[in-house]
Amino acid sequence: MRLNSVGQIALVAAAIAYLLGVYFASSPVWMGFTINALIVAVIALSWNITGGFGGLSSFGHAAMYGTGAYASAILQVKFGLNAWIGFGAGILAGAAMGAFIGALAFRYGLRGSYFALVTLAFAEVLRICASSFEFTGGGSGLQLTLAPGIGNLQINDRTVVYTALLIVVAAVMALTALIKFSRFGAYLIAVRENEDAARALGIDTYKIKVQAMAISGAFGGLAGVLYLQLWLFIDSTVVYGSAVSVEALIGPIIGGAGTVWGPLLGTLGLHLLGEGAKHLLPNAPGLNFVLYAIVLICALRFLPQGLVGLAGRVGPFKKKENDNA
Amino acid sequence: MLEVRNLSKSFGGLKAVTDANLDVPEGSIVGLLGPNGAGKTTCFTMIAGFTKADVGTVRFRGQDITGLPPHRICELGMIRTFQIVQPFAGLTVQENIAVGAYLHHHDRRDAMSVSREVGKRLGMGAMLDRPASSLTIAGRKRLELARALATGAKLLLLDEVMAGLIPSEITEIVGIIRQIRDEGHTFLMIEHVMQAVMSLAETAYVLNQGKMIAHGPPRELVKDPSVVEAYLGHGAAARLQEGSHA
Amino acid sequence: MSSLILPAVLSGLMMGAVYALVALGLTLIYGVLHIINFAHGSLLMLALYAVYFLHYHLGVDPYLAIPIVLPVFFALGYALQRGLIAPMSSGSEQNVLLITLAISMIVDNLALYFWTSNTRTADIAYAYDTVEILGAYLPLGRVIAFVAALAVAPLLWAFMAYTRTGSAIRAVAIEKRGAELVGIDVNHTYAICFGIGTACVALAACLLLPTFYVTPQVGYTFVLVAFTTVVLGGMGSLVGALIAGLLLGVIESLCGLFLGESLGQIGIFLAFILILLFKPSGLLGRAR
Repeated sequence: MRLNSVGQIALVAAAIAYLLGVYFASSPVWMGFTINALIVAVIALSWNITGGFGGLSSFGHAAMYGTGAYASAILQVKFGLNAWIGFGAGILAGAAMGAFIGALAFRYGLRGSYFALVTLAFAEVLRICASSFEFTGGGSGLQLTLAPGIGNLQINDRTVVYTALLIVVAAVMALTALIKFSRFGAYLIAVRENEDAARALGIDTYKIKVQAMAISGAFGGLAGVLYLQLWLFIDSTVVYGSAVSVEALIGPIIGGAGTVWGPLLGTLGLHLLGEGAKHLLPNAPGLNFVLYAIVLICALRFLPQGLVGLAGRVGPFKKKENDNA
Repeated sequence: MLEVRNLSKSFGGLKAVTDANLDVPEGSIVGLLGPNGAGKTTCFTMIAGFTKADVGTVRFRGQDITGLPPHRICELGMIRTFQIVQPFAGLTVQENIAVGAYLHHHDRRDAMSVSREVGKRLGMGAMLDRPASSLTIAGRKRLELARALATGAKLLLLDEVMAGLIPSEITEIVGIIRQIRDEGHTFLMIEHVMQAVMSLAETAYVLNQGKMIAHGPPRELVKDPSVVEAYLGHGAAARLQEGSHA
Repeated sequence: MSSLILPAVLSGLMMGAVYALVALGLTLIYGVLHIINFAHGSLLMLALYAVYFLHYHLGVDPYLAIPIVLPVFFALGYALQRGLIAPMSSGSEQNVLLITLAISMIVDNLALYFWTSNTRTADIAYAYDTVEILGAYLPLGRVIAFVAALAVAPLLWAFMAYTRTGSAIRAVAIEKRGAELVGIDVNHTYAICFGIGTACVALAACLLLPTFYVTPQVGYTFVLVAFTTVVLGGMGSLVGALIAGLLLGVIESLCGLFLGESLGQIGIFLAFILILLFKPSGLLGRAR
């Protein structure tokens, strides 16, 4: 997580100041809103592993998010298992779903737009299945039994929830940094930049890509489980819907794909923007997505490396190694 | 070190390579010559495992490696480079070399120190921390070599490593290749720059329309009429045999 | 059960023709610009609303709306490609996909804001008159759509084969730089092509509305079906899109019959995944 310019330090400092400031905000609205943004940041960090480092841009990260959430909910509701078991199972289920989609898609050499479309199709198939079968609660979804307590992973105190989420996000970012500066991360970036050259250098690119999908899937499943434990309710549209997939990719692209801080910064920035718009135009559901879309178009054109890349150009340090944040 | 027997490949009806045989003894530099479209790169992709041969076998250090995927072949110690060099743009020069070094050094610190050492050996010490995308063509060619060396490979298949370089850069890279060879590496190189092949290779093979038409020391090959004809067309052959059609 | 199969197949064919028509526009754009237009379904939704409001406010029959809606959407498509997609994408395939995704987000959510999520249908009484075909009774509106869609494919093909613009489009599709060198305005040709693709969607809307409904989400349903059609037919193949559209209509109809209405689309998506995995070049496509 090396920051290499005055701009990047300022950007990260602003984000940390905001996240700490939420503790002292006069209105609880800030904390509630930031809690949602942090869960989205986890799915954004999940997308960032494959889409950012691996250049495997998925349009269907809801497949992993939803699978994590459903796996945990089914174990709790249908089998009466403890929420912590569901928590672990959800992460594993997300990883398995990621590996499964990756194994199929990469076995047949899908990349670029084809990979994007096939992930989208997987998420849609899962959404339709989840809304059609009684086992998954059908159209009415699954509701956890209300049983507050840390043993059931149901926490009423917003401040505790918020702190826990901050820790989770920090942990996922630390893992991201670990991956970025490891053999695996270097291999993943090599696959993104030039797959043939990577193969020539002894990299089993298929294995690397499937592993990346599994790690990404685990983070995605984690995000889904966090959502479930926060709201105690899921249905097919909420966790498998295309809005999840869109939020997963838009934050990292705007914040800086393939960086450690980008997904969090992008997600926070977008959600603040969307929240601001909500105050100006209260009765416009979906307006935040219109704004996100406009920002996305502008970012693609003017910020090819996202906010982190932009900040990197403000007062760069003379550096020994060219690491982005 | 490398034995290629009866290698053949066709794409649809087009026979790209037919019955190619080739030997690369350990410690040597062997050239693979031929006009454009002769099938040289196809040969390389088959030897290195990027495409499957229709028939034929490839043996490396006595082991049959036919049909193995590229990363397995690289682990065994044979690596190919690409004609169009594309460094991993998001990484520094040192990190680029480290991607190669990671093959046998799983720890980042080890891989980075190996890559620094390899980079210095190839005269890239001053550029290690620069983004790879900022390198000139000559720099990229060296990086390509460095990355390949860092994997610990013993046999390097170089695909037109001199293409696009100016004469002084060619002289430099010829020196580097000789130095690497003297350190115990073996080379098979596709090359268009004849002066480089002449000064480097002990043996060369000539491929034309997918067939090996000649092999031997480069200095003798350039006198071989079938080789001249392959490069310059029937007109040249006719001129060589002046009088027969008069 | 077997007595239900023939009607299901026929009604699937009717729907499939509309899928084909939507997909024709998408495949044309892919074949020439080599980009995947994610906003295609949203443009269909927009066209459906246009036809709906023309009927609702001005009493224009959906079929008579064709000469109004078609040119407008051609112009819209032209402007989108020339004014937004081309300048903002910097030529990257991934960026185009993301920009068209962004366009669909904007269009869908604005539609939701202005027109609410209510399902609207135009009351065109005669569209539900039944026609008997091979013992099955089919709504007249669907039969008209079927016939019209079948007629458009050869027209489009003839346009590409015999007109000056058509040959310019083909030239650009095959060799962009070469076309540029012989004096073809590539950006203009790209935009024309995007315009025609969008006009196909407008035509589909006119044919679809009498027997269908419109909501802000309707585009999303269609865009995935259209992708499937295009991939199955072979990216860029007009004839392939036609055949694939009809085939998918039947698949959906039969899946609906055997698995229940809500799972009808599963057949389509599974087909999509299987085709992408096993034969991404499609029925009539060249290798990627």
